[in-house]
Amino acid sequence: MPTPLLSVRDLVIEFPTRHGPLTAVDGVSFDLAAGEVLGVVGESGAGKSLTGSAIIGLLDPPGHIASGEIYLKGKRIDNLRAEDMRAIRGRHIGMVFQDPLTSLNPLYTIADQLIETIRTHLRLSEREARQRAIGLLDDVGIPAASRRIDDYPHQFSGGMRQRVVIALALAAEPELVIADEPTTALDVSVQAQIIDVLKEQCTQHGASVILITHDMGVIAETADRVAVMYSGRIAEIGPVREIIQNAKHPYTSGLMGSIPTLAQEEDRLVQIPGSMPRLSDIPPGCPFNPRCEKVFDKCRVQRPSLIPVENRQVACWLYEDTGTSEVAT
Amino acid sequence: MSKVAAKAATPLLQVSDLSCVFDVSKPWLNRLIEREPKQFLRAVDNVSFEIRKGETLALVGESGSGKSTIAKMLVGLLDPSEGTILFDGEPMITHSSDRMTELRKRFQMIFQSPYASLNPRWKVADVIAEPMIVLGVEKDSAKIQARVDELLDLVSLSAADGSKFPHEFSGGQRQRIAIARALSSSPEFIVCDEPTSALDVSVQAQILNLMRDLQDQLGLTYLFISHDLSVVRHMANRIGVLYLGALVEISDSKELFRAPQHPYTRMLLDAVPDLEMTGRKRKEVEGEIPNPINPPSGCTFHPRCPFANERCRREVPRWTRTKTGVAACHGVEESRIPETEMAR
Repeated sequence: MPTPLLSVRDLVIEFPTRHGPLTAVDGVSFDLAAGEVLGVVGESGAGKSLTGSAIIGLLDPPGHIASGEIYLKGKRIDNLRAEDMRAIRGRHIGMVFQDPLTSLNPLYTIADQLIETIRTHLRLSEREARQRAIGLLDDVGIPAASRRIDDYPHQFSGGMRQRVVIALALAAEPELVIADEPTTALDVSVQAQIIDVLKEQCTQHGASVILITHDMGVIAETADRVAVMYSGRIAEIGPVREIIQNAKHPYTSGLMGSIPTLAQEEDRLVQIPGSMPRLSDIPPGCPFNPRCEKVFDKCRVQRPSLIPVENRQVACWLYEDTGTSEVAT
Repeated sequence: MSKVAAKAATPLLQVSDLSCVFDVSKPWLNRLIEREPKQFLRAVDNVSFEIRKGETLALVGESGSGKSTIAKMLVGLLDPSEGTILFDGEPMITHSSDRMTELRKRFQMIFQSPYASLNPRWKVADVIAEPMIVLGVEKDSAKIQARVDELLDLVSLSAADGSKFPHEFSGGQRQRIAIARALSSSPEFIVCDEPTSALDVSVQAQILNLMRDLQDQLGLTYLFISHDLSVVRHMANRIGVLYLGALVEISDSKELFRAPQHPYTRMLLDAVPDLEMTGRKRKEVEGEIPNPINPPSGCTFHPRCPFANERCRREVPRWTRTKTGVAACHGVEESRIPETEMAR
């Protein structure tokens, strides 16, 4: 089996507080193959953005990786020194943030920012870097790129800015792009354009993508596999189509049912009672147990780990038996 | 204006030719030195619609389309520049008067962010009681207390929650408090401005279900404002689509999704991510919303419209009756836009 591009093993992210550490991400493990698009969904506070920040080494202190390992192409990257990580960030892992206005420096032109990024990572002359920058802007669909490259970020609209950020993330040909809510700040009609650009560009550059979002629709259109997160843990991970059409984890199926759709006329939306627990009082056992309809005794005491079911993995005791028997056969 | 309503009962709310113009000029001295004229932004441009008793009309549009400005004018938080609003046949005027106070009791608003709309220093019971006190619905404090408990129960919170502060609640619970506050003066009409867009999907489902239950129980009329088409489809009887401050189409909810008429509505529906994964190939969405200070001539959608012709560039479209409602589009009027029944 080839080494996966990215491998995350038992990642734990903690925040120290006066009352002891809060565990925001608890034992997250997944692999990402080259060229694959992995969607990460979950509600606010589920730990999806933290997972992304940890991979690219941009966790905001006091949050820190308490245990676990992250491997990029077989090489461990979670314990690198800051300067070594800087060589990886941008060159091997690119990032697209939610708000394009805050991820571009308002005081520099787009050209300055793109050329700086390109020349930091690639041996190119100023002229060549500029040529490349114009080419990148052209690829992400910015009209009259050779003229607009000398504009400042405020001269672009929200959608155009996000295209610039995508160009910036891809400037040094990274193998992995982490996109954290790339379309949340945009209108639907622009969102559709940006998703298309992101998908098309990453395929063209052969980059794998981790797409972090709360929008199941965006995942459905873009991702190959999806990881559903709840309370800092992966509840279910597997191929997008199967999870959307036939969710196994009670949380995933509740989540799917609670999304109003354009297609069917439902009278009431499926409603998961309560809300996600605060980090300070995650219940013992399965974190979803107080809200779960199918809860039984074991859920309240023992924490389920990811159990293989068909071609996906589900962290739910309901599948304990089915899971193992199917794997055995 | 009220050609439809002539037959039916008088609509609860009648909005005709409503406009809102903001002066976005530079300061006087700058204008003088730079020789620039005054600049105006038409945030809402000649919008007319009606809401019948007990129904939910939704307004959808992207940012800058004027949804929230309309909401603010309806509840009197903003003065309309032109046009009239009739509430149950009576004109709304924002100046204080006895008549207006009477009218004020009959409508309320739910705001987008429950984090910003509740005073952090007030106890929940005080927050909920405030409309009753201000509007003079109830004066007896024991009765107010009883009513607050009843309202908390109505939105599935407990009476004990009344003595807590807003920060002790999650986003979804706060929105329930905001709903309880809106209901406290027993209004008939509630303007809901993006009530769930600050919430997570599973919590959104709880709030949408609650709002529908309350509508059935109390016979409320809603104006529901949202940018999320699937939420709107779930909530509304009729939908109005806004583009750059103007209504481009009003139609029955089901029909709008089955057979959208206006090219903008079609584009908007096409842009919604496909959760069913039918493998539908969507049309490339073109361009972005133009600058509202300097909108395109004629039909404001023409630079992005695949069916635009010379007339669209020149002439502002008027309302045309369609099979499903009304639309403001030359193409629909001339029936030169191909029928597309959405495969939904």
